[in-house]
Amino acid sequence: MSGKTLYDKLWDSHLVQQRDDGSALIYIDLQLLHEVTSPQAFEGLRLAGRKPWRVSSSLATPDHNVPTTKKERISGVDGIADPVSKIQVTTLDDNCNEFGITEFNMKDIRQGIVHVVGPEQGATLPGMTVVCGDSHTSTHGAFGALAHGIGTSEVEHVLATQCLVQKKSRNMLVRVDGELSLWVSAKDVVLAIIGAIGTAGGTGYAIEFGGTGIQSLSMEGRMTVCNMAIEAGARVGLIAVDATTIEYVKGRPYAPKGEHWKMAVEAWKDLVSDKDAQFDEVVVIKAEDIKPQVTWGTSPEMVIAIDEPIPRAEDQKDPVKKEGYARAWKYMGLEGKSMLSDIVLDRVFIGSCTNSRIEDLRIAAQVVKGRKVASTLKQAIVVPGSGLVKAQAEKEGLHEIFEAAGLEWREPGCSMCLAMNADKLGSGEHCASTSNRNFEGRQGFGGRTHLVSPAMAAAAAIAGHFVDVNEFVKH
Amino acid sequence: MRPFTKHTGLAAPLDLANVDTDMIIPKQFLKSIKRTGFGKNLFDELRYEDEGQPDQECDGRPIRKDFVLNQDRYKGASVLLARQNFGCGSSREHAPWALDDYGFRAIIAPSFADIFYNNCFKNGLLPIVLQAEEVDQLFAEVALREGAQVIVDLEKQTVTSPSGATFEFNVDNFRKHCLLNGLDDIGLTLQQDSAIRRYEEKRMNDAPWLFLPRGQ
Repeated sequence: MSGKTLYDKLWDSHLVQQRDDGSALIYIDLQLLHEVTSPQAFEGLRLAGRKPWRVSSSLATPDHNVPTTKKERISGVDGIADPVSKIQVTTLDDNCNEFGITEFNMKDIRQGIVHVVGPEQGATLPGMTVVCGDSHTSTHGAFGALAHGIGTSEVEHVLATQCLVQKKSRNMLVRVDGELSLWVSAKDVVLAIIGAIGTAGGTGYAIEFGGTGIQSLSMEGRMTVCNMAIEAGARVGLIAVDATTIEYVKGRPYAPKGEHWKMAVEAWKDLVSDKDAQFDEVVVIKAEDIKPQVTWGTSPEMVIAIDEPIPRAEDQKDPVKKEGYARAWKYMGLEGKSMLSDIVLDRVFIGSCTNSRIEDLRIAAQVVKGRKVASTLKQAIVVPGSGLVKAQAEKEGLHEIFEAAGLEWREPGCSMCLAMNADKLGSGEHCASTSNRNFEGRQGFGGRTHLVSPAMAAAAAIAGHFVDVNEFVKH
Repeated sequence: MRPFTKHTGLAAPLDLANVDTDMIIPKQFLKSIKRTGFGKNLFDELRYEDEGQPDQECDGRPIRKDFVLNQDRYKGASVLLARQNFGCGSSREHAPWALDDYGFRAIIAPSFADIFYNNCFKNGLLPIVLQAEEVDQLFAEVALREGAQVIVDLEKQTVTSPSGATFEFNVDNFRKHCLLNGLDDIGLTLQQDSAIRRYEEKRMNDAPWLFLPRGQ
C-alpha cells in the first residue's frame, strides 16, 4: 500500500463517520466567522432552538463591510455611514454576545481580515480543520491545516454539530522546482500556477503546493499561495509543515504552551506527504520561468508575465475561450492596446487577505520609498490586514514612507478587494490590485481590475502604469 | 427544506462560461441579514444597465434587452442551462438563494465550481452535470422552439429534452435522499451525536491543545 498525502492524513484524523455513498462526517476544529455569511446561520440556530456545539472553536471579527478611513473608524460601529452595513456588523456583535463567541470587534486592535487574524493569533494551527463562510479560507492550508470555504448553511451546520458532511477530494501536487528570481513573489507564483492550470484546473482536488520554490517562502508567502488555490478551482490548498511553520506559530496568543507545545510540535512533524504517497495529478513548474505576473482580463487565469503581449481573442482556437477573451477585451477596454504597460492606471490597491500582511507592506514600502505616486493616478491606498499588522507597520515607520510617497494609509478590512464598503472603483477605471479576483464588477460597477503582487502594485503606483519591478528598482 | 422530486419547466440558456458568484449576485446585495429577497437582483449587472442598490425597486430600472432573462420568451423560466465552471469564485450562499428566489429549481451545466454545487443542495436547488455534448444539444433544442420545456426527474436521475431525448446524471445518494425528502442536514447529523462525542473524547486525548478554552 502506498503512503498517505498530507491531505489524506488530515482527512483521516478528522473522520467521525464514513458513509457508504462516499460522503463522510468530518470534525471541525476552528470556525472563523465574519459579518456577511453568518447572520442567516445564527438566525437558523435561533429558529431551531439550537446552541453552538463548542463555542471555543469559533472566532469572529467583522471585515467585509468595515470602513477604512480614520474618521469613520474612530467611533467604532457607530462610524459606519451605510446603515445596511452597520446593521450587518451590529448583528455580528449581537450574535457573538448572545452565543458567547469570542469576537474582535471594530474597537479591538486585533480586528482585521479573518484570514489574517486567525494565523496572527495562533488560532490557526497545523493539523487543524478550519472553515469559514468565505472561499479564501484555503489560506490557512499554509499551516498544514485542512481549510476551506463553506456556504452559510454549512456555517450553521458546523455551529450546531461541530461537523461537516463532506466528500473527499482527489489529491493534486503542484511542485515549484528551483529558485525564484529576485522580485518574484508568492503572488507571482500562484498567478503563474493559475495561468498554467486554469480557474477550473483544481476543481474537485485538494492541491498541495511543494518543491523548493514553495519551501523557500515565508509563512506570509505561503498564505498568499494557498489563499488563491480557490482561484484555481480547488477549495483546499495545502503546504507541508516544516521549521518555518513551527517558528511562525510559536509564542502566538492562542498557540499551545509548555507541555502542550512540546506534544503539538511532535505531532506536527508528521504533517507532510509520505515519500511514497500517490497523487492523482502532478503539475511541475520551474521557478526560474516565473516572471512578475499581471492579469489582463476578467478571470484570474487571464494572466501573463509583464513582458508578454496581451493575448487576442482571434488567436484562440477553443471557441469558448475565444468568446471569453472577446468579452474580457471589451469589458477591460483593451482595444488599441498591445502591452500591459499601455494601460493607464486610475487606482492602486494594496491590501486584501491575499496580500496585506507585514511582509507585503514591507516590500511595497521598499519600492515606493523616496518616490512619488504618478500624478495621473486618482488614488492609491494601502489597507493593512489587521490592527496588529497596522501597529507593526507603524512601529517600523512604513506608514510614513507610504504617506510621503502619496499613498493613503488606511484602517484594516477587506476594503477594495470586494468593495462592500466605500472603497471602490468607478466605472471604466483600471486598478492595479494585490487582491485575488478580477471578475467583472468585483471592485466596483464597471471597474477594471489587474491582479499583481505588492511590489508590482507599488511600482505601478509610481509609474502610473505597469512596469517590471525588477527593472524599475534599478532606476 | 422544500423537497425536489420531479420538475417540468421552461429552460433559459445562459451561454457564458465561468459565470462567477459575483455575477450571480453582486456584493452590494450581500449586506442583507435575510435569506430571501435576492431574486430581483439575480445577475444584476447582466440584467440592468445601471448599478443596482440594495432595497431599490427594480421595476423602473433600464434593462439590458439582449440578456437572456430579459427576453419575453424566457419569462418564468425555472431551469437554467449554463456552461462550464458555473458558480466559481466566492462561497456566498446568496448565489443559490438568488437563483431560488428568482424561481429556478434546477441548473444544468457541463461542470460546476465545488462550493456553489454544494450550496445548491442546501437550498432545494438541483445542480445537474451533463456531458458537454448533451448540454450543447439542450442549448440547441431550447433555442429552436419558444416555450421549450425540460423535465428533470431526480428519482430516476434523468433530464428529458424538449424533443424527448433523455440524459442520465449522477448525484450522491445522501444528497439525493435529503433533496427528495426535503430533509434538514443538521437534524440528521445531530442523530449521530454519540459518534461525534466519541471522536471528541479520543481527539482530546491525542491533541489536547485543540480543546483549550478561549478567553475573550
